Amino acid sequence: MPAIGAALDNGKTEEPYWKRIFSGFEKSQAWMRETKPDVAIIVYNDHASAFSVEMIPTFALGCAAEFPPADEGWGPRPVPVVQGHPALASHIAQSVILDEFDLTICNKMEVDHGMTVPMNLLFGKVEKNGHWPCPVVPLAVNVVMYPPPTGHRCYMLGRAIRKAVESYPEDLKVVIFGTGGLSHQISGPRAGLINSKWDTNFLDNLSKNPQKLIKIPHIDYMREAGAEGIEMVMWLIMRGALDDKVDEVYRFYTVPASNTAVGHIILANRGRGGAARKSTAKPKRSSGKIKRAAARAKIDRVRG
Amino acid sequence: MARKKMAREKQHDYDDIPGTYVFDAERSRQGFGINMFCMSLMKDENRKAFKANEAEYLKKFNLTREQTDAILKRDYNRMLELGGNIYFTAKLGATDGHSFQQLAAKMTGSSQQDYASMMLAGGRSVEGNRSRSGRNAPSKFLRAGGGSKPVATKRQAKAKTTSKAKPKSKTRSAKRK
Repeated sequence: MPAIGAALDNGKTEEPYWKRIFSGFEKSQAWMRETKPDVAIIVYNDHASAFSVEMIPTFALGCAAEFPPADEGWGPRPVPVVQGHPALASHIAQSVILDEFDLTICNKMEVDHGMTVPMNLLFGKVEKNGHWPCPVVPLAVNVVMYPPPTGHRCYMLGRAIRKAVESYPEDLKVVIFGTGGLSHQISGPRAGLINSKWDTNFLDNLSKNPQKLIKIPHIDYMREAGAEGIEMVMWLIMRGALDDKVDEVYRFYTVPASNTAVGHIILANRGRGGAARKSTAKPKRSSGKIKRAAARAKIDRVRG
Repeated sequence: MARKKMAREKQHDYDDIPGTYVFDAERSRQGFGINMFCMSLMKDENRKAFKANEAEYLKKFNLTREQTDAILKRDYNRMLELGGNIYFTAKLGATDGHSFQQLAAKMTGSSQQDYASMMLAGGRSVEGNRSRSGRNAPSKFLRAGGGSKPVATKRQAKAKTTSKAKPKSKTRSAKRK
């Protein structure tokens, strides 16, 4: 969320209000340092930066070599240009389109706080002239204009992405981020809605029983978790890319961060090969690849 | 002039959610001008031109009279109702130098202090805020996994019953305790 980005960029992370939030990510950053991914697939939503109301792709995959931070109206965030992984990205595009997911391909795209703030939270602070620790394949999902893709569609896309990664010739360690809110509403007279019970339930099931989550209709997300809480469907892309059974490595949840709750969960496949799924029945991978997921939520999307 | 409620071309299930204007295809179409105006504020020269003469600047965007009025009056809820989207209208707020929390407070009809206090206390409860028409029962997806017990209780209960852990029996196990 931009407020978190602003707190990072303005050196406020030690203030008690923000420290409560940032300290929740310390373990995750340690996990990420230890994991040393070769590439991160980041599922996120664009906030009227790369896409306005002129074009609204449901799923847009970034295949460019680099993705500059967008100027969201107050200058680009002081973070490095995000390096892409064009070879893997175009391989994913080719694979999932033939699997009947009609992606939009972006060969030129700027990325906003929806992607760079989660990167900071998981990778730590990186100076503008520094380097992010790994290249990124961005996947922008429309959760701004109703209807976003269904949870089931998102989950199935995650599975297709998993299949694509497994069929990539090079052996890579891949993490996938699902980002976006847990419960939150930031628009209209009902703004400020937080539903911790819903969020906890969602995280419990994300870990143990995602099949239950993929049936949730949009109306339930919006009633229970707020008009903008519907972003939670993005987490299901991440979950679909993982094994059926995963280990919950870490979880953190707090209320509030500015106008919203903040939470994240780290799930890891249990071992190489994992529980092979029907749809990924061709694991021609040499088995060294470890795929893990870090999901995080950030909730308010507008500068707080 | 009394404010005319915007007629919807078609009623949707989500129109039953109180205090909420879902930005759907219909509003996206109707509000194209509002959102493109807001997008224009990403550029500093446009922010200056708008501030210099707001009404004149707005003429470039093919807005209805109601939309123009809502923008000039900074009636954020009305902008949403007429097809504005919060991520876009927030750019107007930023142009005015308002924090997002100020906008949120304004949309909820409370002072910024009261709104901030509500957030610090855990936010607006969903109880009583699910439906205009009385559909206030929690989602079955929430009930199925979480029951109605507080989170801590549920977690403890779950920990004790892990040996027979079937996700579906969580609620029942918790209740048996």
